[in-house]
Amino acid sequence: MNYLDFEKPLSEIEGKAEELRALARTTSGMDVSKEAEALDRKAETALRDLYKNLTAWQKCQVARHPDRPHCKDYIDGLFTEYTTLAGDRAFADDHSVMGGLARFNDRPVMVIGHEKGNDTKSRIERNFGMARPEGYRKAIRLMDLADRFRLPVITLVDTPGAYPGKGAEERGQAEAIARSTEKCLSLGVPLISVVIGEGGSGGAVAFATANRVAMLEHSIYSVISPEGCASILWKDAEKMREAAEALRLTAQDLAKLGIIDKIVPEPVGGAQRAPKDAIEAVGKAIESLLGELSGKSRAELLADRRRKYLEMGSKGLAA
Amino acid sequence: MNWITNYVRPKINSLFSRREVPENLWTKCPECGTMLFHRELAANLNVCSACDHHMTMGARERMMSLFDGGIFSEIKVPDPVVDPLGFRDQKKYSDRMKAAQKASGAKDAMLVAEGEIARTPVVAAVQDFSFMAGSMGMYVGNAIIAAAEHAVKTKKPLVLFSASGGARMQEGMLSLMQMPRTTVAVQLLKEAGLPYIMVLTHPTTGGVTASYAMLGDIQIAEPNAQIGFAGARVIEQTIREKLPEGFQRAEYLLDHGMLDRVVHRKNLREELATMIRMLMSLPPPIKGDLAPPPPPPEPEVLPTPAESEG
Ligand SMILES: [Zn+2]
Repeated sequence: MNYLDFEKPLSEIEGKAEELRALARTTSGMDVSKEAEALDRKAETALRDLYKNLTAWQKCQVARHPDRPHCKDYIDGLFTEYTTLAGDRAFADDHSVMGGLARFNDRPVMVIGHEKGNDTKSRIERNFGMARPEGYRKAIRLMDLADRFRLPVITLVDTPGAYPGKGAEERGQAEAIARSTEKCLSLGVPLISVVIGEGGSGGAVAFATANRVAMLEHSIYSVISPEGCASILWKDAEKMREAAEALRLTAQDLAKLGIIDKIVPEPVGGAQRAPKDAIEAVGKAIESLLGELSGKSRAELLADRRRKYLEMGSKGLAA
Repeated sequence: MNWITNYVRPKINSLFSRREVPENLWTKCPECGTMLFHRELAANLNVCSACDHHMTMGARERMMSLFDGGIFSEIKVPDPVVDPLGFRDQKKYSDRMKAAQKASGAKDAMLVAEGEIARTPVVAAVQDFSFMAGSMGMYVGNAIIAAAEHAVKTKKPLVLFSASGGARMQEGMLSLMQMPRTTVAVQLLKEAGLPYIMVLTHPTTGGVTASYAMLGDIQIAEPNAQIGFAGARVIEQTIREKLPEGFQRAEYLLDHGMLDRVVHRKNLREELATMIRMLMSLPPPIKGDLAPPPPPPEPEVLPTPAESEG
């Protein structure tokens, strides 16, 4: 278990319980179950208390937690017959974006998402979830395919942002993001997006311009990283806590601002503590959001999405 | 077309300017360092006469230099909620806004107007880099939507001049949501079969480049304009190498297939009219239709430091 800095009190309690049990295993006739269970209960309370009122910055840390389930875990857990489709047909296959045909509750769909990887090797291969132009162009191609065969599109968003590289710029990073957003807005099929970790700026918008957008309880979605914002506006990257607060990047704030449609509850202690439960909860959310859109015609789905974005920010804002 | 009714009907914006003439009548070219007299610089459309560097242009000055006789009428932009997040960094966002409004006499970083270019009716939207680095918040989104809707209603093409550091961080996710919002505006034009011409000016970066600024039917840039998504410094830190000469500049993008044309400011009016008239199946512009250059605008106020996303 990787502990975050604010989880230190918890790590101490859990560490003690672990030590106690280890001691009992090597010492015959020693019964520590009562003490260990008491510590477990204490840890549980501490965990609950910690996660009840996470600050915006703490949520950023949880959203980026290395043990959090990633796109691949959700695809494995929620879809059957997943069949990867690769490449942008122009330059390369971007491994930071995965996608393909799959069945969700037996229904054929197109699923696309950012994948960060979960160890050094896969993280490098996935470029830490930072897409290059080819990633967006692959997504555009898959969305187009889904549209022609009337398959709903489900996107899973988890990216620090677009990759700031020389080649990425030369090959039209900005154009690729703009076209992907445009494609999202042109689909005549349901488009549902779930922010499962980090929704990093334009790289997230390119996938998440959807009929319905859900966010996991401790995920974030922001115009800029708190560190980046702090270094520009506070002239000090260490002011990321203040920046995270000011940016209103939590699921709870974004629901209030009318930017997202649904918050998916996470297990106590975050998705990283019980990935299976988190994956199941996301599945339920996708099912219910797809249900909301069932029976809508192509024209209605297009108009629904367009209206949503045109009206965004014009109502429901408490000044 | 009757020149007189055309001349009288629109609100004449060019006669008054709220700005006072700054004491310093000389501007130093940021590229070559030559000191340029403000009257000469204005007559030259803010292009350095020594090195041809295209300096940033205020929205009003741009409109005046664009339209026949410098005449245009403004199109109203719906006011968004002010400071929706109650954002505060070292300063309050509401105070930053007030200061920017006071310094510029403008409401926000975009001006929308209609007029004629070589007698070709056009709606134009101009982003003003001097207003909080041209950053895109809800007002800019509303302006682009208003411009597109007006163009569709009156069956006119839209010419959009971008100049921006990116999304306005002080409006948080509401600024990022202007990417899909402005994309919807572009779709409205495309569905109506109306030309959407982008003119990218120095600098155009971040979320602006990654939305409406890269979706033009025709992509024009001014010479040497910086155009990109990520900031050059961020890229250098990431890849740990020096970027090549001219990286993220208009000519570099042209070479990499990202633009249709790089056009000198003095040729822009004529090129726009020529292309728009072909796209709209109108006869070619009559040379005499091009009005003489507009009266020189007031001196340019130098842009404030960048305040937007990298
Ligand atoms: Zn010069």
